Amino acid sequence: MRTPAEAAPAAVVTRGRVSLPPLGQIVAEYQWPTLAVVVALVIWELVVVAFGIQEIVLPRPSKILTVMIAERTLLLRNMWVTLYEILIGFALSVIVGIGLAIALVHSTVLEKTIYPLVVAFQNVPRVAVGPLLVIWLGMGIASKSILVLLVCFFPIVVNAATGLKDVPGEMLDLLRALRASRTQIFWKVRLPNAFPYILSGMKIAITLAVIGAIIGEFIAAEKGLGLIIMVSTASFNTPLVMGAIAVLVIMGGALYALMSLLADVLAPWRKVP
Amino acid sequence: MSDRETLLDIRGVTKTYFPERKAPLTALQGLSFSVANGEFLSLVGPSGCGKSTFIKLTCGLLPPTSGQILLNGQPVSEPIKDVGIAFQAPILLEWRTVLQNVLLPLEILEGRIQPRHREHAIRLLSMVGLGGFADAYPRELSGGMQQRVSICRALVHDPYFLLMDEPFGALDSITRDRMGRELLRIWEHSGKTIVFITHNIAEAVFLSNRVVVLTPRPGTVREIVTIDSPRPRDPGGSGFRAIERHIHELIGEDETVEEGAR
Repeated sequence: MRTPAEAAPAAVVTRGRVSLPPLGQIVAEYQWPTLAVVVALVIWELVVVAFGIQEIVLPRPSKILTVMIAERTLLLRNMWVTLYEILIGFALSVIVGIGLAIALVHSTVLEKTIYPLVVAFQNVPRVAVGPLLVIWLGMGIASKSILVLLVCFFPIVVNAATGLKDVPGEMLDLLRALRASRTQIFWKVRLPNAFPYILSGMKIAITLAVIGAIIGEFIAAEKGLGLIIMVSTASFNTPLVMGAIAVLVIMGGALYALMSLLADVLAPWRKVP
Repeated sequence: MSDRETLLDIRGVTKTYFPERKAPLTALQGLSFSVANGEFLSLVGPSGCGKSTFIKLTCGLLPPTSGQILLNGQPVSEPIKDVGIAFQAPILLEWRTVLQNVLLPLEILEGRIQPRHREHAIRLLSMVGLGGFADAYPRELSGGMQQRVSICRALVHDPYFLLMDEPFGALDSITRDRMGRELLRIWEHSGKTIVFITHNIAEAVFLSNRVVVLTPRPGTVREIVTIDSPRPRDPGGSGFRAIERHIHELIGEDETVEEGAR
């Protein structure tokens, strides 16, 4: 976990002050992937035109963009719903995840009983519980947020537990020799030590959260981008399906970027993968 | 040393670990020696002679399997508090500044940090040449500088007893020499008792009143070498070399010892 330097131009913190990398560096970092995407879109456009592919099978990127602009109100309104479900479920998973990790680390009995269950639960396809959640919680936001929680709390628990435990034995010796209490060791050493690990788990969890919300909406929903995709697919409105996917990609990317930035700003002392 | 009172008395201490599903492991066997108040005593021995076990026992973090450890005549049965510990690795908290790291023991013992604590910590840092780095973070410091921070942390609560486990082991030989002299200076001025664990025989001879030579596991005392020559000692001198050679022979040829650091 101790990687002193990462390739990506992360936010740099010197003497407690946060400064973002210079714009030139960001541009240099992203110019090639951006160029690749643009080239791919151009090829896509040309191929569709050259081979006369039907719009219902594969619409041109320019057509998708046109539809996105035309349906921007619809897409944005539903995006907010999906985003809301994601953020509530994600926040719950952070709270539940950290709480569970603290309990596991605090008590050997809990660790021996609950941890194997948590791991076993990770191997259950939690998406399969989705329909049940609809029965219990209805078609609205609640069932989606709980599905998001179920899908994404695991990396947070595991990372938080690892971070809480990963304190050098000598540091613990030093503190115990001073008769530090468990509470003191927890607040002064364990929890801050776990902080970068938790943020790293949150980075993994946020991408899972997007998946959870969409699948929840596929199962049964009144609003949301997942619903737009389902409905548009049913009416063979492929450009709108792809437009909704594009919005999802952008939203998911933005959420991940935000989490990465948050990790760099809040735990600058250690670069987490 | 006979005229001084005994601070630490190790009486026939044996420590055996009973790991689950593994053969029991005796780290120390019948270890006996005493440390006088204000003495600088070194422990040398081959790797795996139970030195880290010795530290845990002495701090009261582990009970001995048999035997007794007396501190000021009282059996050590709980963590002893007035001890300063330094390890081979700096073990600093990365999210704390240098000053906050040094203050950690005082936070535990006093609860609240007073301005005088802060001043004291900064004085210690200046003493080891880190006065300008109080607000720096550990990752901005070299390994040697971090190690000096950890030594300040061992000293900050003014313990009368210092337990140092190869504190200069990771340093380059020049810094190592400088730190050794610095530690001697602190010791001479403060009258603290120092138990210094090292692999470096020359370092032990340079620093100590007495050198306790341990056997391989299970560790016990092979010989206690008293060094009377006045300080500062000349590592090139014939007396120095003779003692060094003697300890070397005690430890045996099978052990590769860091040589020539001085």
